[in-house]
Amino acid sequence: MTDMTEAAATAPKRPGRLAEFWQYFSENRGAVIGMWTFGILVLLALLADVIAPHSATEQFREATLQPPVWQEGGSWTFPLGTDPLGRDMLSRLLYGARFSFFVGMVVVVIAATGGILLGLVAGFAPKWLDTVIMRLMDIILSFPSLLLALVLVAILGPSLLNAMIAISVVLQPHYVRLTRAAVINERTRDYVVSARVAGAKLPRLMFITVLPNCLAPIIVQAALSFSNAILDVAALGFLGMGAQPPTPEWGTMLAEAREFILRAWWVVTLPGLAILITVLSINLMGDGLRDALDPKLKRS
Amino acid sequence: MTQPVVTARNLSRHYESGGGMFSQRQVVRALSEASFSIDPGKTLAVVGESGCGKSTLARLITLIEEPTAGEFTICGTPGVPENWDSLRSQVQIVFQDPYGSLNLRHRVGSIIEEPLKIKRPDMPAAERASKAREMMEMVGLRPEHYDRFPHMFSGGQRQRIAIARALILEPKLLVLDEPVSALDLSIQSQVLNLLLDLQERMELAYLFISHDLSVVRHVADDVVVMYLGRPVERGSKEAVFGAPRHPYTVALLSATPSADPTRHRNRIKLEGELPSPLDIPAGCPFAPRCWKAQDRCRTERPELGDAAHAAACFYPEGTETA
Amino acid sequence: MALLNIRNLSVDFATGGGSFRAVDGVDVTVEAGEVLAIVGESGSGKSVSMLAAMGLLPWTATVTADELTFDGKDLRNLSPSARRKVIGRDVAMIFQEPMSSLNPCFTVGFQIREALAQHLNLDRAARKKRALELMEMVGIPAPEKRLNAFPHQLSGGMNQRVMIAMAIACGPKLLIADEPTTALDVTIQAQILDLLTGLQRDAGMGLILITHDMGVVAETAHRVAVQYAGWKVEDQPVKDLFQTPHHPYTAALLAALPERATERRLPTIPGVVPGQFDRPQGCLFSPRCAFADDRCRSTLPPVQPPELGRARCHYPLMAPATEEAQ
Repeated sequence: MTDMTEAAATAPKRPGRLAEFWQYFSENRGAVIGMWTFGILVLLALLADVIAPHSATEQFREATLQPPVWQEGGSWTFPLGTDPLGRDMLSRLLYGARFSFFVGMVVVVIAATGGILLGLVAGFAPKWLDTVIMRLMDIILSFPSLLLALVLVAILGPSLLNAMIAISVVLQPHYVRLTRAAVINERTRDYVVSARVAGAKLPRLMFITVLPNCLAPIIVQAALSFSNAILDVAALGFLGMGAQPPTPEWGTMLAEAREFILRAWWVVTLPGLAILITVLSINLMGDGLRDALDPKLKRS
Repeated sequence: MTQPVVTARNLSRHYESGGGMFSQRQVVRALSEASFSIDPGKTLAVVGESGCGKSTLARLITLIEEPTAGEFTICGTPGVPENWDSLRSQVQIVFQDPYGSLNLRHRVGSIIEEPLKIKRPDMPAAERASKAREMMEMVGLRPEHYDRFPHMFSGGQRQRIAIARALILEPKLLVLDEPVSALDLSIQSQVLNLLLDLQERMELAYLFISHDLSVVRHVADDVVVMYLGRPVERGSKEAVFGAPRHPYTVALLSATPSADPTRHRNRIKLEGELPSPLDIPAGCPFAPRCWKAQDRCRTERPELGDAAHAAACFYPEGTETA
Repeated sequence: MALLNIRNLSVDFATGGGSFRAVDGVDVTVEAGEVLAIVGESGSGKSVSMLAAMGLLPWTATVTADELTFDGKDLRNLSPSARRKVIGRDVAMIFQEPMSSLNPCFTVGFQIREALAQHLNLDRAARKKRALELMEMVGIPAPEKRLNAFPHQLSGGMNQRVMIAMAIACGPKLLIADEPTTALDVTIQAQILDLLTGLQRDAGMGLILITHDMGVVAETAHRVAVQYAGWKVEDQPVKDLFQTPHHPYTAALLAALPERATERRLPTIPGVVPGQFDRPQGCLFSPRCAFADDRCRSTLPPVQPPELGRARCHYPLMAPATEEAQ
């Protein structure tokens, strides 16, 4: 067997998997901008203790509704102004970022884990079980998602934790459908058959053979539902069903300040802007991830 | 007389399709009454066009599906679901598409070791790895390939990986489902030589499924020609290629282009297309396309019989050659 | 005057790892009424060179050629719309996968009429009549019924016939068939090849048959061009090529055919086709060639004269194939 020599010697020069991923990802300029923005936001949230000039809940009664520094009446003590209770907006936004990212993370983890498990089961299960699971998911999907989350929170009682659970439940069917479709697509492939011929039992087939090959679309979905989760939590917070005051959560901040919208634009605009930038950057990044991970879109 | 590695008797597999609320239930006869046996170190080739049931046969023999009728034994043990677990290490498969048959998320080493991991969970990891490396050397892969992912390999090399995985449990029977059809000509000969080497070295029996008659002519000892789920001719390679008896075999041989521009033959032109397996004609399945078909062929089905060189035809070709 | 004349065609693709030369200095000439087979393994650039000539490559490809004329018209300087007028009417292409070359949303009749409407000035009734004629020409039984069928209701062979009907709809002067029978069964392949050569003979078309199957080449082609890794390594009339290949690659390829095997072990070509990252210096075939020496590994080989098969080789073979294979 001398015939393998040339081929082997040159194989390592091919760009690695990560390099290839990066190449596809970086082709999408929006995705790169999104990634940097998101990275900076995460860094800011992590360093909130160091950067924030004040505590998020400390009230400066003598400086309520102070405008940002560049407006008349602003001061460097409160760079982005204060809210109606005299709390520093910048500090609240920074600490709020923590909540938002935490919420996004937890919701995605819960929804993805549950969704992937159910999707795998549905993909491998006999037809009746598959039908039961999928119809259940259809029922969840047929409700307007925010309404369903509202109902769930109303039943469980308003708190940030319950809001996260409710949003996870609402987002889960997307994962189930996605995983099931990918599993059914992969299940008939030759490599799965050869694993079966090798004697692989169902759990091994599910988790070791098939699941890693279904992950690409799920990762994209995770990135996109991360922003969904942040939005939904903000919406629930705005409706008073999420994080409770004085938690510096962005949606709750919006809700608390909405009566002052005419007098003090910054109390409403700044949290709104924070939500917008975060969601936008994550969505841009998700687009890039799809370009890089979805083999169907891959160009040779 | 050695015991055959596999014997099959009247193997059939029917699928039911449709049968929903509004559609009538239909039966697809993917495979009907296939009988054969393979001795150790021998190659039985199954030849036929798409829809002839050769892949279904592969799925039955590799214990992926149960036959709906008939029986088969592997190394003397009946291939019934109770025995599947113990038989798994006796029979392995290599697929046509070297790109779809390897898990792209696993490294070459762990792909090759997977059957060991499943069948011999108590084997120490180091022993497993050394066995995998041994196997890689045997199929002509280099040691540094162990940690690579399959996407870094060409089709021929991937097929070597697939062969290594199939052989690591030291099976007695290897089902080769079009193992070289997806490969380039120059690579095809490498893989065919490898398969022949391994067969000699390990006394492997091959069930070689192919539509390429020139490859079959090269590797097979015995040949079964299938048409629409039924074996229509069975015999030694010399007999089937030298003196084909079923008209379909004759037509198939004649339709295969030969790489010799000076040989201009009168090709037998088959009319029409393969009938749908949902709607197999009564009588001889080949009758609608056969140029010799008589009334009897359209009403009565010829049986294959047990002769060494048998053809399921009422009016087999005599000694004439294609 | 040749129907299609391509001199020194090169195609570069911009890929992640830099630029990749898929076709390198290929010459193609087809006369009217000639069947030219382009043979090669995957990655030999056989399809790409034809797609490039037709201007059907994506934007990542850069096509250069010294000469690119079809029927006296220079294809390089044609505007896209003028080029479209030529391609489809005077040049037609059919592809390997008949199922995916047809639009699954429309009936085959509609698709044939569409092809007619694009290039010919026919009214509705005339188009319908012509479509029926075409279906009959390509040997589709019960054409009236089949016109209203969707591609998924027909078999692969039937779909390929429909593709051929669409391709010859406007009476092309040149038909390019890219692996037209690879996806089909042997008995159907024989039917389609007979159909193609019959149509070619009757209409006096030029036919370019792109394939990897030496058997198909031997039975249908008049002249054969062998491509390897983007190079045309040999160009000969079919009988001469199979009898006395001049390039070592052609010789080795023929020897590797199972039907030419004289013993149980097949002669092999070691190694694999060079890819983007391992193109050798000198002759591209030198790492796999049994006859290569230092000159082959360092210097680009010249193109030999026609009597030596235009072999791109320093040391073209002279003797008949059977002896070289040993």
